[in-house]
Amino acid sequence: MTVTHSPVSSVRRRSQGARRQRRAGTAFVAAYVVLLIAFGVVPTAYAVYFAFSNAQGAFTGFDNFVTTMQDFRFVPALGHVGLYLLFWLVSLVVIVVGLALMLHRLASGGAGKALRFLFYIPGALAGAASVLVWLFVLDPTVSPVSSLLGALGYNTFGEVIAPGHLPLLFTIIAFWTGAGGWIVVIYGALNNIPKDVMEAARIDGAGAWQTAWRVQIPMLRKWIVYMVILAFAGGAQLFVEPQLLSLASVGVAGRDYSLNQLSYDFAFQMNNINGAAAVSVELLVVSLSAAALFVARSGFFDAE
Amino acid sequence: MSPSPVPRRPSRTRRPPARRYASRVLVTVVLAAFTVFFVLPVLWLVLAATKTDHQLVHGNPLSFGSWHALRANWDALTAFQDNAILLWLRNSALYAGISLVITLCVAVPAGYALAMTEFRGRRALLVATLIVMLMPNATLVVPLFLELNAVHLIGTMWSIILPYSFYPFGVYLTYIYFTTAVPRDLLAAARIDGCTEFGVFRHIALPLASPVIALVGFFSFVANWTNYFLPYVMLPESDQMPVQVGVGTLLSSVPSFNPTVGSLAIERPQLALATLVAITPVLVVFLFSQRFLVAGMLAGATKE
Repeated sequence: MTVTHSPVSSVRRRSQGARRQRRAGTAFVAAYVVLLIAFGVVPTAYAVYFAFSNAQGAFTGFDNFVTTMQDFRFVPALGHVGLYLLFWLVSLVVIVVGLALMLHRLASGGAGKALRFLFYIPGALAGAASVLVWLFVLDPTVSPVSSLLGALGYNTFGEVIAPGHLPLLFTIIAFWTGAGGWIVVIYGALNNIPKDVMEAARIDGAGAWQTAWRVQIPMLRKWIVYMVILAFAGGAQLFVEPQLLSLASVGVAGRDYSLNQLSYDFAFQMNNINGAAAVSVELLVVSLSAAALFVARSGFFDAE
Repeated sequence: MSPSPVPRRPSRTRRPPARRYASRVLVTVVLAAFTVFFVLPVLWLVLAATKTDHQLVHGNPLSFGSWHALRANWDALTAFQDNAILLWLRNSALYAGISLVITLCVAVPAGYALAMTEFRGRRALLVATLIVMLMPNATLVVPLFLELNAVHLIGTMWSIILPYSFYPFGVYLTYIYFTTAVPRDLLAAARIDGCTEFGVFRHIALPLASPVIALVGFFSFVANWTNYFLPYVMLPESDQMPVQVGVGTLLSSVPSFNPTVGSLAIERPQLALATLVAITPVLVVFLFSQRFLVAGMLAGATKE
């Protein structure tokens, strides 16, 4: 916009207005900026500071990172979280996209809508509640599917929660609470695919499979990436599931299972704040990089 | 979207009817199986609360117990630590409620200013918001503890209310809403009429923003009510716990999960009832605002 040709008074008024607007804008975001600094920036800086210093506050370089990584629980915890993430992301992509496509084909209003809502309800049990429900469902003495568990050869709670099963069990719990929301999102994205495109595919003789594989899934790519990145960042933070499981099994399973539990343990059981901060910084780097990569590359947030 | 000028083909390209039929059956079976997977645990939980422990183990898992047993479970549950469950519910309501109010007062003006005004650092603030929004909230729990410990807030309700009130997703939703749904000219007109910047926000923008205020409020409430890790770390005393953490501690008082509890025992149906009570507020909000949820989760898509 050029102002050179406008009368002088209007120039002054406009620049006055702009200044007034700048001041107002700053005032409107002030409280938010304070919170952003207090609960976003400062804790991050704090974690970094503690991670690179010792209990006396002296700079120690990467010592804390080395010490925590050499802890006998670190590598197993990393492996647990990695395996869980693998199961969780694969099941999320394959099953959520599959179910959304099926629901979208149903299309006949009522039934699809009701099913989407039913799939979504477990989302209300996010957090501790979902773990408690599944502790019951996985306990053969009270389970509604005890015959299924029995058929698989598991007759006691201890057998069901054997350490090798945990990545799968945590995946089931996470899927049960989280999948419904993602199905709604992917379904909505499917609805956004222009009718002409779908019509063209049909005229060209594409069946359901071909339409899904060659038209719909490529057009969903952005949303699938969104889902995977958020699920990855969230899954790496695994805490409540193993924590409650360890309570329920008196420490037999799930203790020091995930990286966040390890960080918690360093801070509150071993009094090693610096070690806890080092593990937190590692997790922070993971989720910050995932978020930054997504913001920069996806084109999702091209705000202007 | 304008209707396509291509005339519709009168008949669909047909596949052999047998294959068509088979794929329909397959879709139905898969959808039915997943419906059972998502619904059965919720149904079981509701029914479990109406049974005695004996009925739970020996009866049909999907039978209704009795009103009498439900009543007895409720009495036993409230007797635990002298009405602890009611105190936890009150705590949850208090924490989620106060945070909700602060979140709205902070996030709505901030989202408005990011969308509708120009000020220095706006672009940077927007990018920071997007990145922090994509970070899972468990990432910063241990660093937050270190920070709040330094300012002696641990053990007070502010140690969770203040971090809860920092809600970048709410700012983002408000920002999206204003950029897409409210024309800038409307605000410009009000400014020319001599409205102050605050007046423009108060009398023009805010009345138009009620849908997004409801949306932000909903997400904030649900996220805070179901949060486990943060209060688990910040508020270890039983009389300050929110209900999610409280129910977690009930778990370790159930003899079948933890044989060492002795006389303070809670039976499984009472734990089921406690879980049900803990999620009821969220479930009710879910049932009444399904439309909101879908809109919110698709916020990124509606921009196009």
